[in-house]
Amino acid sequence: MLESYAAIGMMITTAFFMGGSLLLLGWLIRPNKPNPAKEQPYESGVPDVRPPRGRYTSRFYIVALLFVIFDIEAIFLFPWAVAFDQLALYGYVQILIFIGILLFGLLYEWKKGALEWA
Amino acid sequence: MDANLLSSYIFAVVVLNVLLGLMAYMTYFERKVMAAMQDRVGPNRTGPVGLLQPIADGIKLLTKEDIIPKHADRRIFLLAPLLSFVLAPVAAAVIPFGDSINVFGHEVNLYVADINVAALYFLAIGSMGVYGIILGGYASANRYSLLGGLRSAAQVISYEIILGLSLIGVFILSGSLSLVEIVSQQSETLNLGPLQLPNWFILSQPLAFVIFLIAAVAETNRAPFDLPEAETELIGGFHTEYSGFRFSFFFLAEYISMIIISLFAATIFLGGTDGPIRDGVWWLAIKAAIFLFFYIWLRTTVPRFRYDQLMGLAWKVLLPLVLINILLTGFIRLWGLGML
Repeated sequence: MLESYAAIGMMITTAFFMGGSLLLLGWLIRPNKPNPAKEQPYESGVPDVRPPRGRYTSRFYIVALLFVIFDIEAIFLFPWAVAFDQLALYGYVQILIFIGILLFGLLYEWKKGALEWA
Repeated sequence: MDANLLSSYIFAVVVLNVLLGLMAYMTYFERKVMAAMQDRVGPNRTGPVGLLQPIADGIKLLTKEDIIPKHADRRIFLLAPLLSFVLAPVAAAVIPFGDSINVFGHEVNLYVADINVAALYFLAIGSMGVYGIILGGYASANRYSLLGGLRSAAQVISYEIILGLSLIGVFILSGSLSLVEIVSQQSETLNLGPLQLPNWFILSQPLAFVIFLIAAVAETNRAPFDLPEAETELIGGFHTEYSGFRFSFFFLAEYISMIIISLFAATIFLGGTDGPIRDGVWWLAIKAAIFLFFYIWLRTTVPRFRYDQLMGLAWKVLLPLVLINILLTGFIRLWGLGML
């Protein structure tokens, strides 16, 4: 088992070196003539006057919160699914209650408008 | 280093190189298929029927200047594409490409690693790819890039939940997260009276398959869910400020993700290397190619979703559906085992 993870680690390292060597090759052969006009951030050809990292909608935070809740749910469901036959009816009823609570939570968020984007 | 690890490693290097080659020709395939669907010719100037086009594109991108915007966070800006590129192909480590073969008297397994949490590993690596996108978008110091990166992050995490939950039904039936085990279970035959069918999980989990397919398209940021790079509103999205080979790294990562998620779908739902005659890697290739064609077909057919529609689809439609699918699968399984 540990050997399998070693193989995966070596694969990641190799992919890293492949990417790095491609970038190195590009660095060796590409031209490099920076000038101030080129380095302007893209804004449809007009100078950018507002700060580049401005404010954005708080909806993204709500999505992140929802993600944390439901991702933890998914992580709980994985071991349950694998051991489904052993846990049998007892495990099923427990998961039924667990998913029921989360579905109720989802309905509440829906009603409160947390899922509306506009 | 012992022989087993060495053979796994050599196979990993082969997989990485084959994926890069496939990815290059995936762009060619996509352009040709899209051209045919739109009544055009497509690339046909570079080499016979344009077959050298991906190589020409690669050389062109490699020799282009790498422009770094003035206010950019340089270190993150330079590293983000590499992160995307490194994480995309390593998800293929757990996909079984067939039974072991004999090379010079040595048994070589046609997978890099058979770990007992293979499916979880695949999902984890797949969702880490979003870091490259959001860091690239943030570091560019351009409002379009930032918004593209944020949109992409929100989209990928929403659909990641759907992707993970849609597979739970399969794991209830298989009792294992190992892809090697899942493939071997699917090679059994299902006897339905006079009808003999392969025991593929698409037959026992059709709803999960459809949901998985939708989530997979959204997870790889492809049309009709390609909002992170919606040209009409966000210029290029997170890669607006990228040029040259760093720009191409994002595309390499996107296409490699497409290929790998197709392989994964074929492995989980369509029996992987199992086929009617002579099981082998060719069946996996055919099934994955069908998925890849489907991706391109979608791109030419379906217009892009609006962002609120996209998030609404994930949270209001697909999430309740996958939860119902899980409970239903569990109920039928219990009933089948006579445990009710």
